[in-house]
Amino acid sequence: MSFVRAQRSVLPGFGLSLGFTLMYLSLIVLIPLSAAFIKTAGMSWADFVAAVASPRVVASYRLSFFASLAAGLVNSFFGLIVAWVLVRYSFPGKRVVDALVDLPFALPTAVAGIALTAIYSKNGWVGQWLEPDSVRPWLPSDLREYLKPHGIKIAFTEIGVFMALTFIGLPFVVRTLQPVLSELEPEIEEAAATLGASRWQTITRVLLPELLPPLITGFALSFARALGEYGSVVFISGNMPMRTEITPLLIITKLEQYDYHGATAIAVVMLVASFSLLLLINLLQKWSRRHYQV
Amino acid sequence: MASAVIGNLAAHPVSNAAPRATQDPAWMRWTLTAIALLFLTFFLLLPLLAVFGEAFRRGISAYFSAFADHDAIASIRLTLLTALISVPANLVFGVAAAWTIAKFQFRGKSILITLIDLPFAVSPVISGLIYVLVFGLQGWWGEWLMDHDLKVIFAVPGIILATTFVTFPFVARELIPLMQTQGSDEEFAAISLGANGWQTFWHVTIPNIKWGLIYGVILCNARAMGEFGAVSVVSGHIRGETNTMPLHVEILYNEYNFVGAFAVASLLAVLAIITLVLKALVEWRHAQTRGT
Repeated sequence: MSFVRAQRSVLPGFGLSLGFTLMYLSLIVLIPLSAAFIKTAGMSWADFVAAVASPRVVASYRLSFFASLAAGLVNSFFGLIVAWVLVRYSFPGKRVVDALVDLPFALPTAVAGIALTAIYSKNGWVGQWLEPDSVRPWLPSDLREYLKPHGIKIAFTEIGVFMALTFIGLPFVVRTLQPVLSELEPEIEEAAATLGASRWQTITRVLLPELLPPLITGFALSFARALGEYGSVVFISGNMPMRTEITPLLIITKLEQYDYHGATAIAVVMLVASFSLLLLINLLQKWSRRHYQV
Repeated sequence: MASAVIGNLAAHPVSNAAPRATQDPAWMRWTLTAIALLFLTFFLLLPLLAVFGEAFRRGISAYFSAFADHDAIASIRLTLLTALISVPANLVFGVAAAWTIAKFQFRGKSILITLIDLPFAVSPVISGLIYVLVFGLQGWWGEWLMDHDLKVIFAVPGIILATTFVTFPFVARELIPLMQTQGSDEEFAAISLGANGWQTFWHVTIPNIKWGLIYGVILCNARAMGEFGAVSVVSGHIRGETNTMPLHVEILYNEYNFVGAFAVASLLAVLAIITLVLKALVEWRHAQTRGT
């Protein structure tokens, strides 16, 4: 990477602003990040594998991966509907609903975590309707007995992890789709309608293919965010080893045991995964931009 | 990584699409709106309401007694201090980076933009961990810091550094596309009329990017005050000393002091609501100024 002098510009301050930018970027981001890779480079291969491929760690990868995947898919489906409704329809309170979509960006993750746990635990607003062993004094006792085996537990299970990750990822899908949706040319829909397509055909054959690139980008962003998420998950997951431990939690556990090498090795695996995703997302965005220019 | 999404004034026109011939049938409008609203109610509105519901569960006096605690006050003070340092630092950086990238042509520019985005791709826990590796006892400068009786990890400087890392891209991400679309014509005009660099910057550039700047600062501040994972790794959880508000919420919660935890959490929720309102206002103002 070589930063070559700017072409002669009338505007001053190139040297100063570039110098400051690079210095600040290096001090805050690049040097500390490189510490993780340098620390791991000092480990032997056997130690590294032992740290990143132990059964407990692998179980956490599996949970993080599948819960993030499920959350990303659910968010893609509902996010598409939310974005469509917000761009195409008008209804009272739309402004408020639109602002609310950003709540997961604005609400601290720890607050979201305890709030979700409160809702879905067995005495919570939603949990009391779903939990098998929650007390439902208002129900007749035989009905209570009948319902018992049909309940589902959400808090302190994998489903709870999935719920928290869905909360955290929703705005990524909606906010990626919204600008694309509102800039779609009405002409293509009109053309389809004029040529005799039903509304359903226009949506599935004309609009959805156009929306696919931003939808995939939104999915990837929400998936990537979910992989690294910590605050909103740790409260609702219950953190049972092998079952409901997410990978970021294992890093903290190792740190608390002063196992810096182990923690860093897992961190490097996660960093490589998320940087690859970042690269993929950049390629996707480039692809979708080209897609629209045609 | 959130770059593309976390609000982008330049690429985010507020649209009021007029009804057209290609409108969806009424049943479809109703069904989709109902699904969207139900989903948002369950996944977004309910958690927000739950914070206040739980905080006031034992009445108003129990709610306010949560703030009589010294540790709670200390956590509020530390959160404010952290935001007060890391937000301005990232603001100055954001303006400098956007000025470099938008006003000049140089090689490696797209790499630079990607690198600025990097903290968004890093898990909060790892954002804390890397500072432990640099400044912790086992870390690169751990011994040197110890010899000079300086503490970074498990102390306030570490908290500020980790917060600065996670909020690093917010202002820059907002300003770069905005300044790129605005171009440099107005600055050129100012310079050719005899203004010097600083005059041009303060009287031409800053007024032009004002709304984007405010927008970025709002988002940056919300994240700085609410960051949990990164701060949790470097804080050491010393009550009254290195606990920010989110960490204090965790401690109270783990001690089964639910009313206290949700009371402190409710302040953060109010902060989130203020953030959303300001954000909507700025977007609206921006759309207005673009319209005229």
